[in-house]
Amino acid sequence: MKHEPIPTRPAIRFEEAARLALADTQLRRNMGKATQTIRGKRASVVNELPDWQALREAGRAIKERTINQLGHYLLELEASVQRAGGQVHWARDAAEANQIITRIVASHNARQVVKIKSLTTDEIGLNDALAEVGIDATETDLAELIIQLAGERSSHILVPAIHKNRAEIRDLFMRRLGIKSLSDEPRALAAVARAHLRKKFLEAPIAVSGANFAVAETGSVCIVESEGNGRMCLTLPKVLVSVMGIEKILPRWEDLEVFLQLLPRSSTGERMNPYTSLWTGVTTGDGPQEFHLVFLDNGRTRVLADPIGRQALYCIRCSACLNICPVYERTGGHAYHSVYPGPIGAILTPQLAGVENAGSLPYASSLCGACYEVCPVKINIPEVLIHLRGEVVRHKQDDDRAGAWPSAEGMGMKLLANVFADRSRYERSQRLGRFGQRFFMKQGYIEHLPGQLGGWTAMRDIYPVAPQTFREWWKTRQ
Amino acid sequence: MQVSLFITCFNDTLFPQTGRAVVTLLERLGHTVRFPEEQTCCGQMHFNTGYQREAIPLVRRFVEVFADSEIIVSPSASCVGMVRDLYPRAAELAEDPVLLDRVLELAPRVFELSEFLVNKLGLEDVGAYFPHRVTYHPTCHSLRMLRVGDAPLKLLRAVRGIDLIELPRAEECCGFGGTFAVKNADTSMAMLGDKLRCVLDTRAQYCVSADTSCLMHIGGALHRQRAGVGTVHLAEILAMTEPGASR
Repeated sequence: MKHEPIPTRPAIRFEEAARLALADTQLRRNMGKATQTIRGKRASVVNELPDWQALREAGRAIKERTINQLGHYLLELEASVQRAGGQVHWARDAAEANQIITRIVASHNARQVVKIKSLTTDEIGLNDALAEVGIDATETDLAELIIQLAGERSSHILVPAIHKNRAEIRDLFMRRLGIKSLSDEPRALAAVARAHLRKKFLEAPIAVSGANFAVAETGSVCIVESEGNGRMCLTLPKVLVSVMGIEKILPRWEDLEVFLQLLPRSSTGERMNPYTSLWTGVTTGDGPQEFHLVFLDNGRTRVLADPIGRQALYCIRCSACLNICPVYERTGGHAYHSVYPGPIGAILTPQLAGVENAGSLPYASSLCGACYEVCPVKINIPEVLIHLRGEVVRHKQDDDRAGAWPSAEGMGMKLLANVFADRSRYERSQRLGRFGQRFFMKQGYIEHLPGQLGGWTAMRDIYPVAPQTFREWWKTRQ
Repeated sequence: MQVSLFITCFNDTLFPQTGRAVVTLLERLGHTVRFPEEQTCCGQMHFNTGYQREAIPLVRRFVEVFADSEIIVSPSASCVGMVRDLYPRAAELAEDPVLLDRVLELAPRVFELSEFLVNKLGLEDVGAYFPHRVTYHPTCHSLRMLRVGDAPLKLLRAVRGIDLIELPRAEECCGFGGTFAVKNADTSMAMLGDKLRCVLDTRAQYCVSADTSCLMHIGGALHRQRAGVGTVHLAEILAMTEPGASR
């Protein structure tokens, strides 16, 4: 099997992928409309809660405490699940998790599984791994189904097909499901998907899900969804396999009180999501009679070791940071080349995959801070972005010392740091700049700069060094 | 009150009129302005771009230069944010507890101009006169890092002759983001394009803000487009008085 350890590894740099995405007018239109709508919905349901800030504090505190004692709670959860008749598996990485799941499916001689939308299974590339051994996995969430039929990747944590509009979905359904005539009314599109999926629900002997939360003290697993497809997967098949990132754990049942308020308001902008499913192990004669819970590490313990970066593990995958992000709104999710796009992806992916493999992502932000403001568990995303930029540069500088060529940027930064370190050097540089700029200046502005700096002058004139700097003026006053 | 001016390298070199306006304004309000001439750059660009080892000497330098300043005022929300929010991180990174103590001791004395005037001095009307149509762009760092709130707007509303128009989608980033504008020039341009549209929709003559860095970004594009709309720093509006007005 040829699986990369983490298929979140971006193949091309963000800025190059973004450049292409930005030129896609349909994408820009779809993304602009969708993010503005969700933003508005979120703001109205958040503003009606007088204790929203206290809820955020509580959410962060619970996550912080849990992550700091993760080993303890994982063992407690394992014992609780086993007590309730479930089986627990520990997967070090994506390959191990896929082997475990494939083995379970094969032990039942099953050829097909139904799936509940799950980022974690996207992260490990489960569908591809199953396909390699001839097992057909069907996504049952409407948007995931659209993506699967289109042969594309998700572009949003919550709304994977956010980059597509109704007309594009109608075309896709007609082409892939062999439908002769179909309107682009949401009701008609949903009816087609429903008919297609109903058959799958009844046929598949095994369901695979992720997990929104897992409660250590009771062994209960929680899935939050909107369409009811999850409820079908959790009740009809005989076997259920759930994959959870080890950070999804909550210590106590009552902790759900906080998160079941934070999550729907932050993600879909709803007071409450339509379906909340909770199950504990196996109940004889009711629902799946065999339950497997897979604990996935896949880089998470490495994230845990970083005192600043580890807050990325508090994430409950609500996607509020994506919806508010001015960068994501314009580039869409594919530009991040990661299962986790947007601001959370920009801090999570480089940590899971290593900064050497996703070094452009921490720079995919203007550090405007809007993501931090909406995050329901108060992840200080700008702080982690800046921290990771430091890691990227340190990594590059280590390479330089190992004999690689230093970058123009690196040399420029070193030079400037040297200039700023000394007043007379700084003042000399101001005078030098004023002298040198005359070759670039046109009517008081600079319209073109060479090299990487040309990115600036592509759209903006640049102001020159003033004829008299402030400090020169100050001297004349004294 | 004796106020030490933290001009920022940016304003010193490219926008000295902003610094001169701060001096004019503070002196008009009866304060004494000091300018520690040893100051250079706070190190924000280095720190935020990832060159954090390179920023640490600049942090030390800043703390040294302003050590004996009672109150430090700057016409840049972004650079004040660097000192208040990120200097402690830099000191931790330097593994220097003495530096950390000095940074934590210094940080509460550093103010962005509008928060100094409104929150510290309790002023709103500073006696300014600016007979032009103006729209205010709240920069991300003034809004979400320093949380100056509506302090700049309170000051602007009290300006005589001003026609202040609300900017649509005001709280959205203009796309500057320091080296982001160069490293991710295309995305930055897409964000800037939308900001320009909102500015132009107001039919304002000037776009005003508390950071010349964002204004350099917005203003540079307005100039490139020959839009006939200018940018002006808040301090420059507040420094203007009616001709013949008593000081």
